Amino acid sequence: MNQSAFLIPWFVVVPLAAAFVNSLIGGRIRGLPALLACLTTFSLLGLSLVATQFVRINTTLVYHVGGWKPPIGIAMVLDGFTVFMLVTVNLVAFAIAVYATDYMERYTSKAMFYSLLLLMLSGMNGVIVAGDLFNLFVFLEIAAVASYALVAFGTERHELEAAFKYAVMGTVGSLFILLGIVFLYSVTSTLNMADMSLMLAGQRDHNLILMVSVLFLMGFGLKAALVPFHAWLPDAHPSAPAPISAMLSGVLIKTLGVYALCRIFYNVIGFTPMLSAILMFLGTLSMVVGVLLAMGQRDLKRLLAYSSISQVGYVFLGIGLGTPLGIVGGVFHLFNHSVSKSLLFLNSGAVEYATGTRDLKVLGGLREKMPITGATSFLASMSIAGIPPFGGFWSKLLIIIAAVQAGYLGYALWAVIVSVLTLALFVTVFKDVFLGEPQHVWQGVKEVPGRMQVSMIVLALLSMVSGLLLLPDVKEAFLRPATAIFLEGTHYAQVILGDI
Amino acid sequence: MMIYLLTMVLFGVGIYGVLRQRNLIKMILGIIIAEHAVLLFFILVGYRLNGRAPILSPDAPITNMVDPLPQALVLTAIVIGLGTTALLIALAMRLYGKYGTYDIAKIRELRG
Repeated sequence: MNQSAFLIPWFVVVPLAAAFVNSLIGGRIRGLPALLACLTTFSLLGLSLVATQFVRINTTLVYHVGGWKPPIGIAMVLDGFTVFMLVTVNLVAFAIAVYATDYMERYTSKAMFYSLLLLMLSGMNGVIVAGDLFNLFVFLEIAAVASYALVAFGTERHELEAAFKYAVMGTVGSLFILLGIVFLYSVTSTLNMADMSLMLAGQRDHNLILMVSVLFLMGFGLKAALVPFHAWLPDAHPSAPAPISAMLSGVLIKTLGVYALCRIFYNVIGFTPMLSAILMFLGTLSMVVGVLLAMGQRDLKRLLAYSSISQVGYVFLGIGLGTPLGIVGGVFHLFNHSVSKSLLFLNSGAVEYATGTRDLKVLGGLREKMPITGATSFLASMSIAGIPPFGGFWSKLLIIIAAVQAGYLGYALWAVIVSVLTLALFVTVFKDVFLGEPQHVWQGVKEVPGRMQVSMIVLALLSMVSGLLLLPDVKEAFLRPATAIFLEGTHYAQVILGDI
Repeated sequence: MMIYLLTMVLFGVGIYGVLRQRNLIKMILGIIIAEHAVLLFFILVGYRLNGRAPILSPDAPITNMVDPLPQALVLTAIVIGLGTTALLIALAMRLYGKYGTYDIAKIRELRG
């Protein structure tokens, strides 16, 4: 085992310990929960940036929990895609922790809030580093249960209703995932993902693999809010406090849904043309349905939640194409959307913090009262809508070019149309909230406190310069190793087990 | 073979309960039934016909042991299920406090 592999368990241990300490003594000491959460997420961001140094193409670190070697023991894996997701998740988590220090002043029991946030973060990091299917399930449940509780955090009528709906749907999704894992275990007698992939390659029981694929597609599709399974998302995401909405839409659906789905289908079961067709179709469907449903919304956060469904569709289209360019586009769009959608949810939180409403018909003319929120919201909208030179433009462009190259002109056309509709949508939103005559009602509105501004500015700068990730040198270090994991496919097994 | 199918029937009963019941508590019961169906199936996967407990002792031959791994995993899954169920019931209680009913048709202010 490589010495630097000792880095890996810290991604789970640090937030878990901080959540524990927080729930134990956080309530007694004022200001401790917020400080602890900021320090934890900052150190995790630092760790994940350090981890990028260890991973290049074809280098993979494996940590053997308790010294038991895989396939018997539990493995934690750090490869290109893992590092990519860790950086994305911990970056957004840090911005959100800083933002929440001011935003959550209006709520009670902050210690509980930060404990749940850190638990969710440790669950997500756990899903990302898990090299073992059952561990992936356990961490997925940790993150999911924490998120159900966070959606209900306001404990008002709507929050409770949305949380109940989300919890029921999420639990059913988890059951499908567990059932899929049981079926896989019954044919392979192993839980280690690498070993399982080898066993599956040996004996192709097609009907069983088909059934497991359907179960995983339903389970992870529910977590990722792909279109036939999306009904919980537009209720759950807007009902949470704004920092949590940002976390759920920005990274949770991508970690539990997109990441886990890709890891299992690409590296364990093996990618097939049929799966590619299904992912592309569902991705395009999500794209179109999401943006059309977003059009009619009056509630700012609800509109953003529908737009998340649409943007996750782009990620699935890109990844489902299965060509190197499509995968780069999909993975890159995942990053861009995490940053800019989190930022938009933080903006909507700032608007709600200052005015007390998020109804688009009532808001208007806030640009001069809230210059920072207005400017950052403009940058994020432009990135999501795909205006050059923002990051979102490049990732959408890559996906569309890849679709054309692969001969899927219809899907490429839909991607262009949805991009135009998204632009129209966000221009309207920006006009409704920030432009227009400053209304009399909002004369007394003030810009939000400093730490909320700082975190919004940081995310806005990132969404502006994230196109630079495509520069050759940077791409080699960050995006290329992530896409290499998809392309190596079930060769993953040899990489992991060869490291023993 | 029959017994495997029966667990799947049980799973179907649970999912039917989640989808068709209008009472919050009955929906939660549906989830519990479906979850236990999956867990029973998991235990059955590890079972060997006339198998014995997987305990290593010098006088007994190492043959025909049941697979202990699913049992350990099912214990973990039961604990997770306990947490989820407790959260769901807490939410249902708070909803009852707000709406005064467990009927899902009357608690429909949000529309997906």
